[in-house]
Amino acid sequence: MTRIEKVSRRGFLGSAIGAGALVLGVQIEQAEAAAPAWSPSVYLGLEPNGTAVIVAHRSEMGTGIRSVLPMVVADELGADWQKVRVQQAVGDSKYGSQNTDGSCSIRDFYDAMREAGATARLLLEQAAAKKWNVPAAECKGQNHFVVHAKSGKKAAYGDLVKVASTLPLPKKTDLRLKPESEFRYIGKEMPTIDQADHTRGAGKFGIDARMPGMLYASIERPPVFGATLRSFDDSAVKGVKGVVQTSTIPGFKPPHVFQALGGVAVLADSTWAAAQGRKKLKVEWDLGPNGSFDSGREKTEILAKIKQPGKVVRNVGDVDKVFAEAGKIHEASYYVPLLSHAPMEPPAAVAEWRDGKVVTYAATQNPQAVQEAVAGAMGIKKEDVTCHVTLLGGGFGRKSKPDYVCEAAMLSKQVGKPVKVVWSREDDIKFDFYHANAGMYMKAALDDKGRPTAWLHRSAFPSIGSTFDAAAEYAMELEMGMGWVDLPYAIANHRAENLPHKNHVRIGWMRAVAHIYHAFAVHSFVDELAAAANRDRVEYILDLLGPDRQVPIQPVGMKYWNNDQSQDKFPVDTGRLRRVLEVAAEKSGWANKKPGKGRALGVAAHRSFLTYVAAVVEVEVDDRGRVTIPRVDVAVDAGQIINPERARSQVEGAAVFGTSLAMMGEITAADGRIVQSNFNNYPVARINEAPRVTHVHLVPSKAPAAGIGEPGVPPIAPAITSAIFAATGKRIRELPVRKSKLV
Amino acid sequence: MIQLKVNGSARKFDGEPEMPLLWYLRDVLDYTGTKFGCGAGLCGACTVHVNGEATRSCVTSMQDAAGKEITTIEGLGARSEHPLQAAWKQCNVSQCGYCQSGQIMQAAALLKAKPKPSNAEIDAAMQGNICRCGTYQRIRQAIQIAAGVKA
Repeated sequence: MTRIEKVSRRGFLGSAIGAGALVLGVQIEQAEAAAPAWSPSVYLGLEPNGTAVIVAHRSEMGTGIRSVLPMVVADELGADWQKVRVQQAVGDSKYGSQNTDGSCSIRDFYDAMREAGATARLLLEQAAAKKWNVPAAECKGQNHFVVHAKSGKKAAYGDLVKVASTLPLPKKTDLRLKPESEFRYIGKEMPTIDQADHTRGAGKFGIDARMPGMLYASIERPPVFGATLRSFDDSAVKGVKGVVQTSTIPGFKPPHVFQALGGVAVLADSTWAAAQGRKKLKVEWDLGPNGSFDSGREKTEILAKIKQPGKVVRNVGDVDKVFAEAGKIHEASYYVPLLSHAPMEPPAAVAEWRDGKVVTYAATQNPQAVQEAVAGAMGIKKEDVTCHVTLLGGGFGRKSKPDYVCEAAMLSKQVGKPVKVVWSREDDIKFDFYHANAGMYMKAALDDKGRPTAWLHRSAFPSIGSTFDAAAEYAMELEMGMGWVDLPYAIANHRAENLPHKNHVRIGWMRAVAHIYHAFAVHSFVDELAAAANRDRVEYILDLLGPDRQVPIQPVGMKYWNNDQSQDKFPVDTGRLRRVLEVAAEKSGWANKKPGKGRALGVAAHRSFLTYVAAVVEVEVDDRGRVTIPRVDVAVDAGQIINPERARSQVEGAAVFGTSLAMMGEITAADGRIVQSNFNNYPVARINEAPRVTHVHLVPSKAPAAGIGEPGVPPIAPAITSAIFAATGKRIRELPVRKSKLV
Repeated sequence: MIQLKVNGSARKFDGEPEMPLLWYLRDVLDYTGTKFGCGAGLCGACTVHVNGEATRSCVTSMQDAAGKEITTIEGLGARSEHPLQAAWKQCNVSQCGYCQSGQIMQAAALLKAKPKPSNAEIDAAMQGNICRCGTYQRIRQAIQIAAGVKA
């Protein structure tokens, strides 16, 4: 439900919109009674000069969202896109959620954006009708003019603003949303507002932000999660040219949430001088209980643990009974290591503490989380934290966690000047909120066609919940709801179990989150079963999916997360999964491409973020065991698509992201310290390692918009290892692939 | 005192001669189009031209830049848009956009040396430049368009 009102220009947007403008606010009405009465999340302003100012309240990290949502408003407004200015919103709860993650921006805001645009267009049409003394229904707003076809009269939007702003707001039932045939921007291949800037280096990111008189900080953080500062000696630091002072940041109090990790900061007049000063610091730490953490030992523990029964989180039929009846059994364990986000722009922010308030410019996916975390760190109200959102040089979930903004604010208060914090790449890799390492055990009983009659899967991993509750060891509903309890296959007996596991580093969400390891295990296992049955893999998956139907998901002891959407609106629909699989198979030439020497196709189909994706990956493995990926075909049913060009770009990028984590991504720890430090030992796919070309096939769909930023990732890793098995006979059960010898 | 030219303008620098060119460009001159990515010459985000050669400014000290002509992304198409910049827009290459300055500077040096690069030559020239968003296939396509070669 949405509610639209005219709002005071000054009250809400200050100088962002010119005088005399008509300003509309839109509220996404929340079900909870506790929701604020009036917190409009979309602003549309029309200035008397005709400029339409559309506020983007979502963060731009490469998806195109800050262009695409305003295009929805502009389309319904009947705006000329050349006369639209996009204004990036500061963090403020009046916008509703600004947390740009979970592939939900279109899903959550598409309807509200359309209504905002349609409301303003109707007001302009009514203003023109009044001026010309004709019925409003005969007036039509298009391309920044209202036209009256019968008389041939035409008026520019800007000339109608004054009258329009005096009219009462139309009822929602009076709005005339455009039919699809009249869309000019929705569903079209519109370029984003930032493309041109990026070819000239003109986009402003968090790392580019400046405040007058600011100092640059480089921070030596506790080398082990939970370590505390014992002592430090900065006597050699002060001799470094450009260094102004050192300062300490206190450690966090559990749970760590988004608090700064603490440490010793060197402040200087340049990024370089601060980094040079930091090298001269001598710091002693009390390492605490994680000082002996070893990721290799942890892997052994997890792989042993998942052989034991765990907490039942979904149960259909009776797997124990079927397993006891003997027959053919297949089992396997899979492992995916810790991963780091490694956005090209490392965490970066500048902040100033002044008179009990903080102003910050930050590369953040969630400016309201910045307000809350900084307010908590400083002991002030969140309303006293102003967070300006810059462009993000990649986010992938890392920049939802604003510990780096807290650092800048805390240091600013201590030194009495604005402070800019830029993490080095080493800081980024060593102090991330890591994507969880996970172990998964799978067991199936098989009938004479090799089809499962019973299916058991267990998983154990440190939970994201540990970021919010230091004692958390079981998975959150969100994690189990990502490709685990929502298995869609037609199998009569099915049980999912979760085993507890303690975190030893910070755990966070990374693009596609728990789908990454769950999809790897589920689809690798399916691939093994198909191979064991000597059946075509596409045909085998279609058989597992069974007849087209909606599968009600009823976990045990928890809700089915389903991206916080109802299963009525967004059911698990095996027909949609079948369709994308068929399209990917057809477009890739699956039926005709038989494996050659060292060359083969692999396949996986997965529902995530309410979107259905099937990937067919072609690999070549040379006689030295080197893998290249000449081609990927991805079929996607994401419901309604608002910008097909940006949708394809997200899926192309997801194939590369999936390739990185499948082929080479691995974070390890020894003596509590993260071993990797930069792109030499935490490699990500380069142009010669990425899929040479990814063909994205958007499957036309009448379903509501689902999500596009993340769902391209999960099927890539299992499709790659499926292809490697077909090409070489080597079964890979542990990522990354580079650890396995293929010849 | 170190003297150099940046985007055609003569500059003098009397700071630490060990300071990398990257931080001089960004912190001193506020040419923020050149990006920091790794600090170790591993990702290419900081690529500029030093006397016409594609160079990682994060591992090039100011003393090594002395007497040289530096071109940054801000200077590349200053007089008229470089064909790569037009091709980048045509292909909608950018996602987050952060690495694209370095990608374009690297590609510009490639086209200067090899006006009609093959696929293999493009991959060889561009493999030092990481794009975490994964825009590689469009980068390759844009280079081919700018070079007027078929894929």
